[in-house]
Amino acid sequence: MSEPLLSVRGLRKLFPVKTISWRSRQQRFVHAVDDVSFDLAAGEALALVGESGCGKSTLALTLLGLEAPTAGNIRFERQELAGAPAAAWRQARRHIQMIFQDPYESLNPLMTVGEIVAEPLEVHKIGGNRDERRKRILLALEDAGLKPAEHFVARFPHELSGGQRQRVAIAAALVLEPRLLVADEPVSMLDVSIRAEILSLLADLKTRRSIALLFITHDLGTVSAVADRIAVMYLGRIVEIGAVNSVMTAPQHPYTRALLSVVPAPNPRLRRQHIILQGETPDPVNLPTGCRFAPRCPVAVARCRESDPALRPVAADHAAACIRLDDPPLFP
Amino acid sequence: MAYEMVKPPLLEVTRLGVDYVDPPRPPAAALREITFTVQRGEALGIVGESGCGKTTLMLALMRLLPAAGRIVAGSVRLDGVELLDLDAQAMAALRWKRIAMIFQGAMNALNPVRTVGDQIAEAIRLHEGVTARRTLDRRVEELLDLVGIAANRRAHYPFQYSGGMRQRAMIAMALACSPDLIIADEPTTALDVMIQAQILQLLAELRRRLNLSILLVTHDLGIVAELCDRVLVMYGGVMAESADVDTIYNAPVHPYTQALLQAFPDPTRPAQKLAAIPGAPPRLNDLPPGCRFAPRCPQVFARCRTAPPPVYAITPAHAASCFLVEPTEGGAA
Repeated sequence: MSEPLLSVRGLRKLFPVKTISWRSRQQRFVHAVDDVSFDLAAGEALALVGESGCGKSTLALTLLGLEAPTAGNIRFERQELAGAPAAAWRQARRHIQMIFQDPYESLNPLMTVGEIVAEPLEVHKIGGNRDERRKRILLALEDAGLKPAEHFVARFPHELSGGQRQRVAIAAALVLEPRLLVADEPVSMLDVSIRAEILSLLADLKTRRSIALLFITHDLGTVSAVADRIAVMYLGRIVEIGAVNSVMTAPQHPYTRALLSVVPAPNPRLRRQHIILQGETPDPVNLPTGCRFAPRCPVAVARCRESDPALRPVAADHAAACIRLDDPPLFP
Repeated sequence: MAYEMVKPPLLEVTRLGVDYVDPPRPPAAALREITFTVQRGEALGIVGESGCGKTTLMLALMRLLPAAGRIVAGSVRLDGVELLDLDAQAMAALRWKRIAMIFQGAMNALNPVRTVGDQIAEAIRLHEGVTARRTLDRRVEELLDLVGIAANRRAHYPFQYSGGMRQRAMIAMALACSPDLIIADEPTTALDVMIQAQILQLLAELRRRLNLSILLVTHDLGIVAELCDRVLVMYGGVMAESADVDTIYNAPVHPYTQALLQAFPDPTRPAQKLAAIPGAPPRLNDLPPGCRFAPRCPQVFARCRTAPPPVYAITPAHAASCFLVEPTEGGAA
């Protein structure tokens, strides 16, 4: 197999904590991203799933060079970006673009749609003369599903619906012809009827333009519409990763099982036994010893507190980090 | 479900209509012909996209419409008492004590500079006139315990609470005066799935323990299927379909209900293809002359564009507003 578009190895991002107590001299850290590795090929979509505070957004910011990694490697198109100078990052960012959650806040209300989509071209000083830029802008708008594009260029964000705004944000990312698109909760602010549209647009761009997609979400329900693979994060760590179908139909890690069990199915006949984890994701400063999920895990045993489990293959393209994988089935 | 009719409903809304007025423009018909009932201990889900009139309906029931809102038709009865005839004072006395609300965005609904315990105590003091410090303290502790918050968190400020705990505190506050009916407007929208599951579990448990009636307003068909007994699907300010949950999800007749279900991801069927609903909901100042869903409807025919369809009863517990289900004999209901 050829080298993946993006290859992340042992990525760490720690944030130092301001210490209030002068008695403890030891510097403490928030372990936002803690030893994360994965590959992403061109035209492939990886969903990064987890609750608030699991580190998924920090991981995205690190991949865009907006946070410097504490350790680890980020190889993008055969080039090492971790620790690379700002100029190299600026160059790379032409090809790595981001779509944010809230299209009501991510678009400048004083700029027209045309200006919003033109801005990345100006920032990166590309697109040649005016005519060529205009052509690129119109193409990006059409690719984002705003047709006919001429109708939209002179409009302001407030004249558009939520779904149309998110399409403008997507067009502004597409205009640079990126190879990797990082989408952080791109549909969670949108209505159900519009979500499906945006999800299928993303899936379509992935196939048609061969763009790699990192799709960050807390909603496992929306994952299968877009993603080929899925990585479940908990407290800065990937606890399960694999092909979407395999993970969704045969989840192995107790955390993935719990997360899947609480996604409400749109049918009362499918009401399932919920595995409701009590409490919330613990403090990423004082990590528990052993498996970091153990304190909330419904099937934890004493030895879970002893060692921090690594990812182990459980099937073709499917791995999970749990020491009880070989035990008899843990859930009914 | 035929013997539902025996007991008088707790809430009975009949042919409710609301206009938004903005002279000199003609009034906008925000709600028309909304009819439903909620029994004691029953949970009714009100479902629809943004702009379908869910929030207007909630505000109309509480008589809290903004200045431009006018209730132009219909009736809202709580335990047989017509709420639309009450004066402002009588209505104020009834809010919170008999009907309480839980809002979306719990993080913003709490006062940031007062402790959570204080805010719950204030709700009790204002609405029930309890002033004895000790009684208040005891009630606050009971309420926090009811929603699963440790008593020692009473003296904490909202910023010391997580999102899920703030929503629990909001629920405690809604329960402060032992209401009969809770209106929950997107109560879990801003929360993570696991916290959402905790809150839904809490609401289901409170409903059982306190025989609460719940009106759950949401665009999330999943949480309605989890929590509710019956569903009212709204579109563009009118009822599209109403039935028990099983019928809505497994035998919907209105094309809008069908489309909404197609657009919603089902985690038990990862291979399912999602179908978006093309177009956008109608603007209130630019309503189509016939059925409000006609411009987006895949099964539209000529008549749909000429007159709005009435609400047809398919069974006593299942109704839909669509010409496709018009009875072949006997005419309209």
